[in-house]
Amino acid sequence: MNKMMMATAAFALALGIGAASAAADKLKACWVYTGPIGDFGYSFQHDQGRKAVEKEFGDKVETKYLENVAEGPDAERAIERLARDGCKIIFTTSFGFMDATIKVAKKFPKVHFEHATGYKRAKNVATYNARFYEGRYVMGEIAGKMSKTGTAGYIVSFPIPEVIMGINSFMLGAQSVNPNFKIKIVWVNSWYDPGKEADAAKVLFGQGADIIVQHTDSTAPLQVAQDQGKLGFGQSSDMIKFAPKAQLTANTDNWNPYYISRVKAELDGVWKSDDTWGGMKEGMVVLSPFTNVPDDVKKMAEDSVAKIKSGELHPFTGPITKQDGSTVGEAGKSLPDEELLGMAYYVKGIDDKLPQ
Amino acid sequence: MRLLLEKRSEHSQLMTVISPLIAVALTLVTGGFMFLAMGLNPFEALYVYFLEPLKFFWTFAAEDFWPLEQLAVKAAPLVLIGAGLAVAYSANVWNIGAEGQLTAGAILGAVVPVYFTDWQSPLTLIAMLALGAIGGMLWAAIPAFLKNRFGASEILTSLMLVYVSQLLLDWLVRGPWRDPAGHNFPQTVAFADWQVLPVFGESSLHLGVLLAVIAAAALAFMMARTLKGFEIKTLGVSPRAGRFAGFSRAGSVWFCLLLSGGLAGLAGIAEVMNTVGQLQPKISPGYGFTAIIVAFLGRLNPLGTLIAGLALAISYLGGEAAQVSLGVSA
Repeated sequence: MNKMMMATAAFALALGIGAASAAADKLKACWVYTGPIGDFGYSFQHDQGRKAVEKEFGDKVETKYLENVAEGPDAERAIERLARDGCKIIFTTSFGFMDATIKVAKKFPKVHFEHATGYKRAKNVATYNARFYEGRYVMGEIAGKMSKTGTAGYIVSFPIPEVIMGINSFMLGAQSVNPNFKIKIVWVNSWYDPGKEADAAKVLFGQGADIIVQHTDSTAPLQVAQDQGKLGFGQSSDMIKFAPKAQLTANTDNWNPYYISRVKAELDGVWKSDDTWGGMKEGMVVLSPFTNVPDDVKKMAEDSVAKIKSGELHPFTGPITKQDGSTVGEAGKSLPDEELLGMAYYVKGIDDKLPQ
Repeated sequence: MRLLLEKRSEHSQLMTVISPLIAVALTLVTGGFMFLAMGLNPFEALYVYFLEPLKFFWTFAAEDFWPLEQLAVKAAPLVLIGAGLAVAYSANVWNIGAEGQLTAGAILGAVVPVYFTDWQSPLTLIAMLALGAIGGMLWAAIPAFLKNRFGASEILTSLMLVYVSQLLLDWLVRGPWRDPAGHNFPQTVAFADWQVLPVFGESSLHLGVLLAVIAAAALAFMMARTLKGFEIKTLGVSPRAGRFAGFSRAGSVWFCLLLSGGLAGLAGIAEVMNTVGQLQPKISPGYGFTAIIVAFLGRLNPLGTLIAGLALAISYLGGEAAQVSLGVSA
């Protein structure tokens, strides 16, 4: 009986709600995240961008999001759900959403899609990404100075170009101050798995690393570093709260200006599909304050950041020696973007074989 | 006066009927309180969660049909696997590893697009589906063999093989089967148009949905009306009685594992063909495990799994709907 009554009540109420929501006339901007917004890493940072959009445009926009969407079978439905719900611009924030985004975009030609970190575009699908490798180079320099054992532990997710680029950039930065620097690598095959990430950190510290770097999204590795009196770098978001004694800096993503500019374009009716790849200069990659480092290291890092911003320093300047001894790139010239985006090799000195 | 509590010899008929309803009502009330604690209107939340996907049934609006389609697509693998598991569990054959059989089916079925990329014929789809089923059966044959030959518990062996199959898939898509034009990303070539199941009209309802319904109906018929069904039930309830009737326990272990494994493999290849479109490290959000719940919720009746599959599909999709409409965290 109770159940019947509740169902009826819910039903009656629902009719009212349906009528109310149809009246709204705001631009709906929507986001799809692969992790939980509470990861305090990658997805958290995208959600900060969503909040910045809400703040910037007030009642002109309404934002929605779906979090914890698995890359794969569920992504397409999740994106389509947002498109059907009236979203006019949809940001899909993980590489694994690429094909799903393209498929849904075909069905909804009037909706604009923005896919982060991918390479497939369409008339109504733009792509955007940040040059995370710039931050990783400076982190490598810091690690080269700070590591007593000359070894960093690197926790990584998937062997895609984005990730390999980051490992290489970090290594090139470290080698620029310590030519004998070593990196040990553990693949956890996930973007977000605090348990596995923490285990990996413990293993790496056990193998002689005294600094941890990660290309995964949880705060767990840094917390392990904090507990063991070791050092590490925050990922995507400033994680200093979780490891006040361990974090040297964090490679943070700042999507706010990009999201605001894209939503503004949408509001003004001038949205166009294009490809954005911004770095430190554009303010998309920001290193959080340098902590737990002596003054000279801090000075070095700040100089490098300034040089990267001015264009004087490019982490991938030729010739670069690959793991197998061959070289790429012309002397004094930086590798072109297409080569970076297809990077499938390690640079010399990395103690790992790329998963084949 | 002394009160005596005596156990009934059978469940009261009234309770048999209303106990599931009480369970549902309690779930709703508990859920309602949880939504209330999160500062949401519990009625609205429950509506969004459970009823909105079914809106089509009272609005008959074309745009409300989509959630229903998605529900059916989501329920299809659950029903396909759940119906097979219901039969196996009736015989006391505890196949816990349907997720692994699903993966194995997807892998074997994908041999066609990976190695015979250009082979275009009416037989392509049939070959893929058949290989999918065979893949699942082969994977389920391992626990069946170990059980019959060595008495190894199929609960453990089938479960452990899940991880083996997932690692095998992982290795394939990162290694030998990786799309050479795929920028080093861990995935196979995308399946071509003729390598995916036909859909009904413009919808996303594909042939796999129909297969699930057919499988559930056929298995329900087998259980209720055939000697095989009787054999399975008898061996499940009383192995001794089954032996006296001349039924082979080993035979039923083989039958049940191959059947449930084959259906899981079929679900795997269908899912990969139509919802994923290629092999990648993760192809299922755990359908093989959820199907265990489906089998039990359907009271081990293959037809019951139809309803149970839809119910669990609602809980999958309702979570998403609640995020979009209510802004609650998943």
